[in-house]
Amino acid sequence: MRSKVVLRRLIANRQARYGSIALLLLVLVAYIGPYFGAYAWTEKDFLAFLSPPDADHWWGTTSIGQDMYAITLRGMQKSIVIGLLVALISTGLAAIVGAFAGYFGGWADRVLMWGVDLLLVLPSFLIIAIISPRLKAGSSWLWFVVLLAAFSWMITSRVVRSMTISLREREYVLAAVYMGIPRWKIIFRHIVPNLSSLLIIDATLNVSAAIIGEAALSFFGFGIQPPDVSLGTLIAAGSGNATGYPWLFAFPAGALVLLVLSVNLIGDGLRDALDPGSNS
Amino acid sequence: MGKYLLRRLAINVILVAVAASLAYMLAASTMSPRAAYQGRQPPIPEATIDATLDMYNLNDKVPVLQRYATWATGVLQGDFGKTWNGGSVNDEMGRRIFVSLRLLLIGTLLGFAVGVGLGAISAVKQYKATDRLIGVSSFVVLAIPVFVLATLLAIATYNLNRGLGFTLIEYTGEYNPQLSGWDQFLNRLNHLILPTISLSLGSIAFYSRIQRNMMLDVLGQDFVRTARAKGLRRRTALTKHALRTALIPSATYFAFAFGTMFTGATFTEKIFAWHGMGAWLVDAINAQDVNSVAAVTFFTAICVLFAAFLSDLLVAALDPRVRVN
Repeated sequence: MRSKVVLRRLIANRQARYGSIALLLLVLVAYIGPYFGAYAWTEKDFLAFLSPPDADHWWGTTSIGQDMYAITLRGMQKSIVIGLLVALISTGLAAIVGAFAGYFGGWADRVLMWGVDLLLVLPSFLIIAIISPRLKAGSSWLWFVVLLAAFSWMITSRVVRSMTISLREREYVLAAVYMGIPRWKIIFRHIVPNLSSLLIIDATLNVSAAIIGEAALSFFGFGIQPPDVSLGTLIAAGSGNATGYPWLFAFPAGALVLLVLSVNLIGDGLRDALDPGSNS
Repeated sequence: MGKYLLRRLAINVILVAVAASLAYMLAASTMSPRAAYQGRQPPIPEATIDATLDMYNLNDKVPVLQRYATWATGVLQGDFGKTWNGGSVNDEMGRRIFVSLRLLLIGTLLGFAVGVGLGAISAVKQYKATDRLIGVSSFVVLAIPVFVLATLLAIATYNLNRGLGFTLIEYTGEYNPQLSGWDQFLNRLNHLILPTISLSLGSIAFYSRIQRNMMLDVLGQDFVRTARAKGLRRRTALTKHALRTALIPSATYFAFAFGTMFTGATFTEKIFAWHGMGAWLVDAINAQDVNSVAAVTFFTAICVLFAAFLSDLLVAALDPRVRVN
């Protein structure tokens, strides 16, 4: 079985192994860690403003008395969820649009690719920056996920399209056509599964791109809105005072870098396991 | 060829027009420059505010489509309108483009050259210590977002300067206006050090990875072996035959990076306090400055399409097969 071969290669791959272990640990820390901390992320300790890391506040406190340990973990949770959701949506969208455009060709192809070109030219930064601060609090981060995903699928969909054009003429696809299977079913049953290695790699890389993208937008205040926190908002708040109060910057920035690094390691390992021809 | 280029130009003009129009509509319908005048103390009479906003084509009481028509007519005549407080967007843009150019030219070129060089060395020394070192460091650098990297650099410099007791490396702004002549030139160079490092480190890591992969693909191919077999020295075969072919993908990315250079350095510009095009977009959004936002978007769209054109030219220059077709 192919999946077994891939799994064996993945386990044998050192990068993927370290990456998975690191990511697993980070997820555990983000989701189980809060139960060990003495403070909740919404709590404010009015007796300790900007106190450096000590036995009570493990990672120090902010200028309004928030516990850095608690809010950094909260930010990590947000970043992980956003990364996963954005990757899932954008890779799924890329697969569907690319496969439909490539398989049907003609007008469908032209209209879809024109849409792709338009989205590539549109100022995504501007659109997200204008819309996201205006979203209602509460479920606003879900809308933010949708916005981020909407602007990150276009290039992959072009790759999917060109691969679909070559898959379209394969014998098994033609056989399915002559058996009278509807076109959309062929796309989901025969075309998309054959692109799975590309899509899995793309999804993994999209996770880290989305985590960085969220942090980047939040850095300017255009992403996750207060009172909610993400690694980006924490880094933005900490970087202004990074020289005087390094713990405000070091913990969220370190968490972000470790998160991205471990996801990238997995992506690289996956590429080696799924696509042995490439030597990256 | 001429017909193809013309068709492409036409499509590009349409895309720029659509992107800029959508940006204008979005900005004009959601942002309110009025707020900046309403909050003043002592309060300004509403009629005065209206008159001022009318003068700048920013009045939200005028229908969006009518404002858009005024704006579009201006743009067609080369006038991007007024900023929220009445300055000329054209002047501002002219100034900021050169700030960005001064900031980014060195970093972009340096990033490409060093990255390609490191990638090529890494491929030639595959699996040796050099290759591993370059590989691991580029991997780590790629995981550090530029705003974290820039802040780290600023912290390090701050501590270095404090330890030395004087300012060895400047970490904010573009130049010291009190100096003149040669001193000011040196001062400008000094201000460039940190932003250039923070800009080029990421692209060095990026290009070195691409270049290594491409170079490895090329090194195994027949034409490199032939070049060696006909008696070329290893060095000549590697640089003239292998590297040139392997440059094509990196060159494509470089063309895009070069084209989008002006607006691509928002973080670096903001963190090191340079007032270039990238910082302008963020400032304009925060100031609810509709016309500036639209102008930056227009400029960015043109840059992206110019970059696509540039990448075609570069690929054609490097790859004879493209020219034949």
